[in-house]
Amino acid sequence: MQTIDLEVDGLRHLNATLHAQAQETNQTAWEVINPRGSHAIACGLDAPIEVSVKGSTGYYCAGMNKQATVHVHGSAGPGVAENMMSGTVVIEGDASQYAGATGQGGTLVIKGNASSRCGISMKGIDIVVHGNVGHMSAFMAQSGNLVVCGDAGDALGDSIYEARLFVRGSVKSLGADCIEKEMRPEHMEILADLLERGGCDAKPEEFKRYGSARKLYNFNIDNAY
Amino acid sequence: MKDVKLGGPPRTTPIQSATFSQSINAEIRRAAATGIYDIRGGGAKRKVPHFDDLLFLGASISRYPLEGYREKCETSVTLGTRFAENPIELDIPVTIAGMSFGALSGPAKEALGRGATLAGTSTTTGDGGMTPEERGHSDKLVYQYLPSRYGMNPDDLRKADAIEVVVGQGAKPGGGGMLLGQKISDRVAEMRNLPKGIDQRSACRHPDWTGPDDLEIKILELREITSWKVPIYIKVGGARPYFDTTLAVKAGADVVVLDGMQGGTAATQDVFIEHVGQPILACIREAVRALQDLGMHREVQLIVSGGVRTGADVAKCMALGADAVAIGTAALIALGDNDPRWEDEYQKLGTTAGAYDDWHEGRDPAGITTQDPELMARFDPVEGGRRLNNYLKVMTLEAQTIARACGKSHLHNLEPEDLCALTLEAAAMAKIPLAGTDWYPGKPGTSY
Repeated sequence: MQTIDLEVDGLRHLNATLHAQAQETNQTAWEVINPRGSHAIACGLDAPIEVSVKGSTGYYCAGMNKQATVHVHGSAGPGVAENMMSGTVVIEGDASQYAGATGQGGTLVIKGNASSRCGISMKGIDIVVHGNVGHMSAFMAQSGNLVVCGDAGDALGDSIYEARLFVRGSVKSLGADCIEKEMRPEHMEILADLLERGGCDAKPEEFKRYGSARKLYNFNIDNAY
Repeated sequence: MKDVKLGGPPRTTPIQSATFSQSINAEIRRAAATGIYDIRGGGAKRKVPHFDDLLFLGASISRYPLEGYREKCETSVTLGTRFAENPIELDIPVTIAGMSFGALSGPAKEALGRGATLAGTSTTTGDGGMTPEERGHSDKLVYQYLPSRYGMNPDDLRKADAIEVVVGQGAKPGGGGMLLGQKISDRVAEMRNLPKGIDQRSACRHPDWTGPDDLEIKILELREITSWKVPIYIKVGGARPYFDTTLAVKAGADVVVLDGMQGGTAATQDVFIEHVGQPILACIREAVRALQDLGMHREVQLIVSGGVRTGADVAKCMALGADAVAIGTAALIALGDNDPRWEDEYQKLGTTAGAYDDWHEGRDPAGITTQDPELMARFDPVEGGRRLNNYLKVMTLEAQTIARACGKSHLHNLEPEDLCALTLEAAAMAKIPLAGTDWYPGKPGTSY
């Protein structure tokens, strides 16, 4: 286990060191101490390493992550795992706005609640939230899966494309062009896998599925507000 | 007027209304028939105060000129000197503006790269990500970081020579975009993670930051991911140039890109293009004033765009305080867009060469703003690159000609004192004295 003290070594040293890890590195276990809400911690990683952050992070922790596993033992600020390509990011606490924004791959697990715009413009990422998500989550979500074990706020899935949304609790309101959809066996299978990967003990049959009515897919003036 | 032929009484000549002009009436009829506002490409077509309303004074007894063609007149520019480890060095201060693969064909993007590289300047990606052809043919490539994040990935980010965070553009400050389904080929769809044939909306604001404080942190993240190597530009539309420039500098920009309302777009509502934003002439001095107030003029470089067409326009931008310009529409015309050779086909589309702006429909006879394989095949990227290089060379020579006439050994040595304005409006907007006077509206110490 390699330890980097962010307070002593600084952000540039941390990220440069993690970026320098090659595919075949044998230094696969890293620990970051004293994060103290710093921004851009462990962003842009591209190696099969495991980074454990001992505390809460600021904006864009694990942004654009590839391959790596980043585990935050605290809460995460806005834009955690934004545009993630692959790998896994786990937040033990809560996540602020835009968690997993525009993510293209990999898995983001939030064990607490996520704030507004969770999964905004998601493009293939899988997001599993143990708690609730705030308003405008999955706005313009293109593809991937968002699992919410708690409740969803207003305007869930507004202007959604092909992403799948699974919510166990209540949905305060659905956004434009987002509708409840039939939960078919293939969706139960996908959801079971997501719940397992997210470490949730919820059952797939407790969830409802939401997705696009596909009425906004081609411009029609009657759909304009 | 008496109608002599008919022998009747004098009659009133029919008068068309200036307010309800024939084009306005036609638009009312079109709206009434269709119920849809007009969507088109390009920038503002209305006449606005522009660089044509400024003139250079030239040398005289008080200033002596440099010998044309013989005495040195430098044109190089370095962009991104504030924080980046590797600033961009360009031979000429005319860059190619961001235009997307999707809006443009792959070969058209390739031609822009080829032409820019031959001329020693940079080109820019657009909404939709970076294509291998574009990267491969562009010596200096600026990667746009846009609200949609279509095609955005850290690998391409690291291949870029600079990153341009797009906050807005001159054609539609405050607006997003839409690539209509007819231009969504398999390849475009794949790059954007969306099904083929559906409209692809581009958001009007970024998904993971709001406001200058967030933007500062976003830029920190981009710098960390790219190891502080490449410059970060911030592009804004010509809305509130003083404040936008100030906030961009505060957020950590190496370069501010400022786009006036004449700057083109692939597609948006005509009402947006024509009625939102300011002419570039009104924006440059305000942006320069912001940089000067911060003590950052020339430390943070300023690229201006929106209606730059000639070397004279380039020289005027330099004289007003810009470090470089960007061209989009002019570059497309150099490639062959709106060329009269396709007049018969423009007529079939209900338009004429020079006026064709339905780029979003994907039926461009010149094969540039399309994804139709048959139309694309009409365009030769090697020839297109050659033409663009020629055009950039001419612009540079023209700008040098003017700079030498003003006694300047570098285009950047041009200054406001080299200019006069032909109209009160241009004088006020550019803060340049009206020709024959030492005054412009709003000049400090004057009462008007």
